Amino acid sequence: MARYEAIQEIMESIEEELVICNIGFPSRELYEIDDRPKNFYMIGSMGLASSIGFGLAMAKPHKDVVVIDGDGSLLMNMGSLVTIFANNPSNLTWIVIDNGAYGSTGNQDTYAQKTDLVDIAKAVGFKNSFEFADINLKDVIRSDDASFIVYKTEPGNSDAPIIDLDPITIKERFMSSI
Amino acid sequence: MDSTQAIYDGLKDAEIDFIVSVPCVNLSKLLNMIDEDPEITHIPVTREEEGIGICAGAYLGGKRTAILMQNSGLGNSINALKSLMELYEFPLLMIMSHRGTEGENICGQVPMGESTPGILEGMDFSFFTPATSEEAYDNVRLSWEMSEDEGKPVSILLEIKYW
Repeated sequence: MARYEAIQEIMESIEEELVICNIGFPSRELYEIDDRPKNFYMIGSMGLASSIGFGLAMAKPHKDVVVIDGDGSLLMNMGSLVTIFANNPSNLTWIVIDNGAYGSTGNQDTYAQKTDLVDIAKAVGFKNSFEFADINLKDVIRSDDASFIVYKTEPGNSDAPIIDLDPITIKERFMSSI
Repeated sequence: MDSTQAIYDGLKDAEIDFIVSVPCVNLSKLLNMIDEDPEITHIPVTREEEGIGICAGAYLGGKRTAILMQNSGLGNSINALKSLMELYEFPLLMIMSHRGTEGENICGQVPMGESTPGILEGMDFSFFTPATSEEAYDNVRLSWEMSEDEGKPVSILLEIKYW
């Protein structure tokens, strides 16, 4: 099973939540699987999905925010784990699809293969740090603490096409949907 | 007018209500003031680039955003400023303590300090270099709307001699 099926499974639990999705194939695949105005697709700035989701969660404390991130992107912005833990936005659920690879650039290995991201988040202090297989996503989204979830998959990209929305449209329809 | 008060008043009149920061000694009084302001959400961040992403998200949620940092943080943020803020036309007010300028006593600040205005010019981002508190107040107050109009961040560079 690869990322595409993981995103399909995640989106089965999504109703009114605001979704921030990582750059590259993750956003292309989400766009193909379940395009909706409440999805924000990243087109640049690798690493910042969790930061965008965190800022949104702080600005909109009564809306649930779900971030779909990747292991390579998390490794690029590890400080975000500490910032999000320290502020603990209860409405933020951060899902890292960990395929051990830089998927969008040709599946080069990441160092996530050599470490355990769930353990790292626990060591930072996250009470809610889980493997996706062990939880019910809807319950975790509703929990009273910020949550960090790792969804382990095999590497591999689908043939989802490039998103044909321009960035301004992605932003404006997202903001209108809130 | 006090040099710090001028920046604070400008931020308030621009209705900035969400600020991320990486500290500078020259911003310490200002950081205390925004910490004590219940109308402003203040998030200290681990690295400036992270703060740019947080500001983008907060803007999506309806906030008027600013980052407070040293000019060194500009270097840490360039890709996010271009391929997130400019790409999606997110406004952002960047208040930078401009180190490495006249009066600097730490040699490590000089190379980035000398290059900072040229980097902003190269990025095609508007910036102001106020010399007085009155100028700084006006620059800060007007920069948010300018940033919205331009669809990209606007910076205020505060040299050492400003303080």
